[in-house]
Amino acid sequence: MSWSVFDTWVVVIAALCGCACALVGNYLVLRRLSMMGDAISHAVLPGLAAAFLLTHSRASLPMFIGAAVVGVLTALLTEWIRRFGKVDEGASMGVVFTALFALGLIMIVRGADAVDLDADCVLYGALELAVLDTTTLFGMTIPQPVLTLGTVLLINAAFVVLFFKELRISAFDPELATTLGINAGVMHYLLMTLVAITAVASFEVIGNILVVAMMIVPGATAYLLTERLRSMVLVSLGVAIASAVLGHLAAITVPGWFGFPDTITAGAMAAMAGLIFLVVLLVAPRQGVLSQMAHRLMLSLRIVREDLLGNLYRQEEQAAAAGAYPPHVDAPRWMVRLAVSRLAAEGLIQRTNGHVALTDRGRVAASELLRSHRLWETFLADQMSVRPDHTHRTAERLEHVTDREMRLRLGQDTQAPRLDPQGKAIPPEHPPAT
Amino acid sequence: MKRLCTILIAVVVLSSGIAWAQGSTTVDATAAPDSAFWRVLTLRDYNTRVVVLGVTMLGIAAGTIGGFMLLRKRALLGDALAHATLPGIAIAFMVMVAAGGTGKWLPGLLMGAVISGLAGVGMILLIQGLTRLKEDTALGIVLSMFFGLGVALMGIVQRMSAGSAAGLETFIYGKTAAMLASDAKLIACTAVVVSVICLLLFKELRLLSFDPAFARAQGWPTLGLDLLMMAMVTGVTVVGLQAVGLILIIALLIIPAAAARFWTHRLRTMLLLSAVLGGVSGWIGASISALVPRMPAGAIIVLVAAAGFVVSMFAGPARGVLARWIRLQQLNRLVARQHLLRAAYELIETGHAPTGPSGRPRIRIADLMAMRSWSRWSLMRLIHRLDRQELITLLPGEVIELTDAGMIEARRVVRDHRLWELYLITHAEVAPSHVDRGADMIEHVLGNEMVAKLERLLEQERQEQIPQTPHVIR
Repeated sequence: MSWSVFDTWVVVIAALCGCACALVGNYLVLRRLSMMGDAISHAVLPGLAAAFLLTHSRASLPMFIGAAVVGVLTALLTEWIRRFGKVDEGASMGVVFTALFALGLIMIVRGADAVDLDADCVLYGALELAVLDTTTLFGMTIPQPVLTLGTVLLINAAFVVLFFKELRISAFDPELATTLGINAGVMHYLLMTLVAITAVASFEVIGNILVVAMMIVPGATAYLLTERLRSMVLVSLGVAIASAVLGHLAAITVPGWFGFPDTITAGAMAAMAGLIFLVVLLVAPRQGVLSQMAHRLMLSLRIVREDLLGNLYRQEEQAAAAGAYPPHVDAPRWMVRLAVSRLAAEGLIQRTNGHVALTDRGRVAASELLRSHRLWETFLADQMSVRPDHTHRTAERLEHVTDREMRLRLGQDTQAPRLDPQGKAIPPEHPPAT
Repeated sequence: MKRLCTILIAVVVLSSGIAWAQGSTTVDATAAPDSAFWRVLTLRDYNTRVVVLGVTMLGIAAGTIGGFMLLRKRALLGDALAHATLPGIAIAFMVMVAAGGTGKWLPGLLMGAVISGLAGVGMILLIQGLTRLKEDTALGIVLSMFFGLGVALMGIVQRMSAGSAAGLETFIYGKTAAMLASDAKLIACTAVVVSVICLLLFKELRLLSFDPAFARAQGWPTLGLDLLMMAMVTGVTVVGLQAVGLILIIALLIIPAAAARFWTHRLRTMLLLSAVLGGVSGWIGASISALVPRMPAGAIIVLVAAAGFVVSMFAGPARGVLARWIRLQQLNRLVARQHLLRAAYELIETGHAPTGPSGRPRIRIADLMAMRSWSRWSLMRLIHRLDRQELITLLPGEVIELTDAGMIEARRVVRDHRLWELYLITHAEVAPSHVDRGADMIEHVLGNEMVAKLERLLEQERQEQIPQTPHVIR
């Protein structure tokens, strides 16, 4: 791998582009308008073509104006068709953007003599070529896109910072925003304008589908990691920069492992952003798949432990000798084994030649559980008019979520009975362990 | 049995179309004018015939399955799916080159596309199921991530030394004008398979589209049906992709179905219309592109379909804008008429209408004006209209009389109004001074059955009797 100034500029441009997209993209994700990013990035094509045909130049300003106009038009048309035609939002978006894209394609093909723009550039972008198009700023020679994208990034950042509160309220609760005197409609179309402008600025560099990647994936990743909008915006910027750096690295190294030369950075960048998303999807602390699985596992383990204790207590009650190992609990065998060894390690049960028995501490814990269970049965039968032989299953679930305080209240509400509806003794309340 | 017959007919029609497309290219010498326009329109040229028929078949297939997708609220899934096929195509190409082939074997490429498309759909469902991210975000993530991966892989493919990658980009842009007979045949087969499955499982798919929860409760294998639907969409998308390109296939899946929805409330008719609209757009679009130089077929087909959508949106009789507007106007007119008649009746009842020389009570327009907050202009317009309908007679001196028909109608309206007021007072426990507004809104929509029920409920003894007003008439 050889790194040059060229590579540095590629990464800088990609990062600028990613950050600009991610800033507006956060709000698209929050407002469930992700596909609007896709729609607008396709639909601006006729705006670009019109700008070219009218001015016969590739100057940036007409392009941005054309794109902004068509971008807002896309949002407006989608909304009109949804409202007046009563068409599902996705479908109305699909109708609008495919039609506009087709119109743009025809304009480009028909005006091909006048227009120096091909559809390839719009679809794929040309990050590598963009670096070669240089300009001079303060005596420094820098690639043109750095200037363009830097400006767009600044505009987006200014928008997000200045209207942070307004954007937040209208993103989470448009009705509240309206009652507070914030015009949610104006915020919506301002956002759409910025989406269009950002899409156009990023086109040349990464192509229109990958614009969607940079708009949505960082925002979605951040959404999985945090609950706060402020940190979501910051995290999304981090993800955008990371995918730019890793994307370019992947583009120049990964194909080499299979004996190929390098590949297109923009594509690798989107794929890398997707990979980051998948990793976060797995390991995110609260939303992640793994943490949710672990959480569920811990919960079932706790229930198995408590059921074990309860059943041991019931066996003692029936004056049987220490029961068969282990007392029946409806759970996978490995989980029961794990529960038994955890209980033994904590000194709640003791194992003697193949039998398990409650220790004194274990007996206290189990009696509290049984007390909860039988108080619930009493409560359900007395106060909820559940038939006594139907109370067991419900009580079986409730016993695991009943803490001491709740049990005390339950005891008061049921007038502290000594027998449950089945005539079994309710163990007394133990003083809290110190 | 009926179902079987329909299927047979569909198969026969579609396959005869294929047979004809493949038929000899001999030009009938007795044919009419030999202008380019005529030649295209009658499908005289072999190339045009293949393209037009292929695209028409694709329109039919996409329109049919698109209808179900629209109702399932998954219109944009086709978008994500189409983009998600790209990495599969590139990987299939690389694998086939590695295996020693040229990498351009079509079934292999299509297989790759199907696999990665289905993987994309699976991932969308997974992201939605596992996280709090919503459907739109899941679609966007999968769409862009897969496409990005595809672009990166295509970049590798294009720089590969072995095998020529030329032609792979047709999967993105399509090559409508250069469609081969084999492509058209493949599309036609897909169209036949999709139509047959949709006909065979019409009832099941209908239930799934309208009420998946109920379908599940009824014990239908909704997951299997959903997967079948996805598989059909994937099939149509993949086959259409290499023939007409990404954007066109997305458009054909969405636009005809959305347009057909404006015309009917019946699913059967809607699917038929959607298929026809898709087919016709394909046919007209392909013909235009054959006639006009430098006119990309895919784009023009989308525009034709979009034009069909715009027309449908305004003119569609079931949900079209115009039809809904007309229905609203009719309702408004009915309401205005009933308001006027009731106001007139109440004026007569309270003795504000002296009897004229004709023996009928005469109502002054000035009194009517005070009954309701209507502008003089709209009231006069209303009076003129009712005069034409012979419910009232407009007399000189700014007075009106109710005709016999007008009197009957007025009594009915007042009766409905007061029955509802009584109902509100006795059964809904609304204060008598507050019932007027509520009854004012409901009186126009009380049907005969409803009135009969109210009568039973309020134990009105005589049918003709008009109850006394429970509040002061303003």
